[in-house]
Amino acid sequence: MFRRLEDPRAEIEFDFEGRAVTAREGESVAAALLAAGLRGFRATAISGASRAPWCMMGVCFDCLMEIDGVASRQACMVTVTRGMQVRRQRGAKALDGAAAPFDDDEGEFA
Amino acid sequence: MRAYDLIVIGGGLVGGAVAWGAARLGASVALLDEGDVAFRAARGNFGLVWVQSKGAGMPPYAHWTRRSAELWPELAGSLAEATGVDVALRQNGGLAFCFSETEYQAREDLIARMHNESGGIGTRMIGRAELRAMVPGIGDSIVGAAFCPVDGHANPLKLLRSLQAGLAGFGGDYLPGRTVDAIDYDGGFTVRVGAERFLAKRVVIAAGLGSRRLAPMVGLSMPVSPLKGQIVVTERLAPLLDYATHVVRQTDEGSVMMGDSQEDVGFDIRTTTPIMRDIAARNLAALPALRDANVVRVWAALRVMTPDGCPIYEQSATHPGAFSATCHSGVTLAGAHALALAPAVMADELPASLAAFNAGRFDVPPA
Repeated sequence: MFRRLEDPRAEIEFDFEGRAVTAREGESVAAALLAAGLRGFRATAISGASRAPWCMMGVCFDCLMEIDGVASRQACMVTVTRGMQVRRQRGAKALDGAAAPFDDDEGEFA
Repeated sequence: MRAYDLIVIGGGLVGGAVAWGAARLGASVALLDEGDVAFRAARGNFGLVWVQSKGAGMPPYAHWTRRSAELWPELAGSLAEATGVDVALRQNGGLAFCFSETEYQAREDLIARMHNESGGIGTRMIGRAELRAMVPGIGDSIVGAAFCPVDGHANPLKLLRSLQAGLAGFGGDYLPGRTVDAIDYDGGFTVRVGAERFLAKRVVIAAGLGSRRLAPMVGLSMPVSPLKGQIVVTERLAPLLDYATHVVRQTDEGSVMMGDSQEDVGFDIRTTTPIMRDIAARNLAALPALRDANVVRVWAALRVMTPDGCPIYEQSATHPGAFSATCHSGVTLAGAHALALAPAVMADELPASLAAFNAGRFDVPPA
C-alpha cells in the first residue's frame, strides 16, 4: 500500500513477531511497519476489530502495539531501534504480562 | 400547551428513573431536562450500587438503599428488554479497602453499628489472606476490607441513556433545553419555560443542584449543595478486579475508574493535579499493578448533597401533587426510584417508610 521515497538513511533491522523487518534510521515503528506492508496493527478491546495507524502524530491511539514487552505503546511515536521487539496487540492490555498474542493470520503483511 | 399526568423536572438519574417508572405504569410523562448548562451529576457518576455504608444513624436510609439493591435486577432486566441497552449491572459484592489498622477498626465498628441499627445484610470484615484470595493483586499495605455481598456496580451513562430511551418507548416526552422559570398552582400545575407552558396533575422536582431554586415554587425545601469529586480513568485493561470497591472499580469494558475524592469548593468542576495524585497514590497502594496502566481521562463532577447526606423525598403540604426527590446516589437508588418511588408518586401518597426523608428534619435549630 505504501512505497518509500528514495531514502538515504541507513537501514536497521528490528523484530516483528519473530521475523526481521528492515527500517530506516529515525523512522517510527508505525512508519516502518506500514512500509513493510503490515495491515492490521492491533485488535480493539471490545469488538476485536482490526486497527491500523491513522493520524501518525500521537493523537488517535489506533496504532497501539507491544514494544519491547510493554503493551499499549503508540507505534507512531516510538522510533525504531536495532533489535527492537514488536508485536501486535489483541484486545485489552494485561498488567501482569504481555499482550494477548494473535493466533490467526489477521493483520498479515499485504 | 401540553397536559400530562406527571412532569418531572430534572433529566438526570433521579428524574430519569422516576419518569421511566411512572411511564411504565401507563402515565403520560414529560421529563424536562435543563441542558448542558446544568452541572449534570449523572454524567460524572462513579457507577456504584453501594449498600454497605449507607444509612448509619438513619435506618430508613439503610433500608431504602437495600430495597433499591434488591430491585436493581428487575430494573436492569426491564431496561434491557425494552431498550436493548445492557446497563452492565454486576452485584457480586463490594469491598471497602482498609488502608491502616485504624481504618480497619473504624470500619469494623461501623459495620457492627449498622448491623445493630438496621439489621444484617451479610457484611463482614475480611483479613489479608481472604482479601488476597478475592483480589490477587492487592497491595501489601492493605490490612483488610469490609465485604458486603449485596454491593455492586453498573454503567451510569448506559443507565441514563436507557432510562431516556425507555421513557420515549412508553410514549413519554424527553424535553431537553428546558430551564424552568416558574411553576404555577391552581389545584394542578403549570410549568413555565420561556413562552412554553406544560400542564400536569403532579410535579416531581429532581433537578439536582437546581432543586434548591425550584423547590420553593411549590412549597418544598431542598437545601442541597455541591460536593466535588474527581475521577481518574485508565485505558481498557484485561480483567484485574472482580469486585466493586469504594475507591476503584473495573467497568464491563475494562476501564479502571478511580475516585472517591471529596472537596467542598462550591460550583467548581476543574480537575486538579494534587487530588489526581492522591487518587493515584491510594489506588497504587491498593492495586500496585496499576503503575503500568495509562490514564486516558480525568474529570470532576459535583455530588448533590443534603445537609445530612441522606435523600429528600416529600410531598408538598401546600401544593399537593408536588414532590421533591434528591440524593447523591443516583445509581444505587435507581431501582427504588423507578420501581417504588414512581408508583408512590402516581398513587399521590408517599409511603410511611419515606416519612423520615422529609426536609423538615433540617429545620431543627442547633442545640
